[in-house]
Amino acid sequence: MSVDMNMEILIVDDYRTMLRIIRNLLKQIGFDNVDEATDGSMALKKMREKSYGLVISDWNMEPMTGLQLLKEVRADAKLKGTPFIMVTAESKTENVIAAKQAGVNNYIVKPFNAATLKMKLVAVIGNF
Amino acid sequence: MAGTKIDKRQTPFVQPDPQTPVVTVGEVVEIVEQMIGTIRGDLSPGALQLYGELEDLARFIRSTREELASIGADDIRAHDIPSATDELDAVVGATEEATGKILDSCDVIAEIAGELSPELSARATEAVTNIYEACNFQDITGQRITKVVNTLQQIESKVGQLLGAFGPPTAKPDAEVAKPKSAKPGDTRPDADLLNGPQLPTAANSQDDIDAILASFD
Repeated sequence: MSVDMNMEILIVDDYRTMLRIIRNLLKQIGFDNVDEATDGSMALKKMREKSYGLVISDWNMEPMTGLQLLKEVRADAKLKGTPFIMVTAESKTENVIAAKQAGVNNYIVKPFNAATLKMKLVAVIGNF
Repeated sequence: MAGTKIDKRQTPFVQPDPQTPVVTVGEVVEIVEQMIGTIRGDLSPGALQLYGELEDLARFIRSTREELASIGADDIRAHDIPSATDELDAVVGATEEATGKILDSCDVIAEIAGELSPELSARATEAVTNIYEACNFQDITGQRITKVVNTLQQIESKVGQLLGAFGPPTAKPDAEVAKPKSAKPGDTRPDADLLNGPQLPTAANSQDDIDAILASFD
């Protein structure tokens, strides 16, 4: 299955700088259609309005965290198939397990670089 | 221990006059309790007032001890402030490293700019200069954080003196206090107990560690 380089990607983070960094790294890798949200509830609202091929989300946000967002997505019949990558500074084993149990497709620990992001994208959506 | 020397473990709050003997809070408690114990029989109005004052003093010391116990002053000194200091040290380290990389990249860009046409070279050089200027933040923030670290260390030592002066806290109000579940008190998010990152570099799982944990599910 070939990867649609024009697919819409939703990036979720409460830090503008981090959104900017992820957006730029995605652009370097070849993805230009990027949408942004600053917490889980905003992301969920956007996902219900528009279809996204991938969600890349931070964990620690308010009011809705990335883990809550992931659980909402997996519980929603329409959204549950959306690939979901967690990008977070939370590196504890219990966090990785909690995210995995909630149905995360991959987990990137901050700080990260373009190579790691690309590797995880390939792992989740296939080679491009 | 009554004497003219300062007891290091029970340093008084007021700078002592070298001529005046120093009394610690612990000694005050002892004296007050002794005096209350010796007051017997019919009291004159003056003695009654003194008795009242002494009781107030005893109550004040007691309540201060209880308050020190209830705010977990010992934890502030033993756990909270040292960990805050470590976090700040990690901030300084991380910004230093990132700034170094930014400046290294600027050097490369500046080198390449030299090979461009004069007009493009000037524009690139100006942008690079802006980045250099912006990277000054590392020096400034580093110094500010160092100041905060020093302040925290002073608070740590003052809390230590306070605890020493008032004796050991009477009781721990709650065992939970010693081990905060979330980095943010009063956090009502359902996964608040999982939100205490970023971990310090020495205690963190690496991306490889995380990949291995994820792979263990497959």
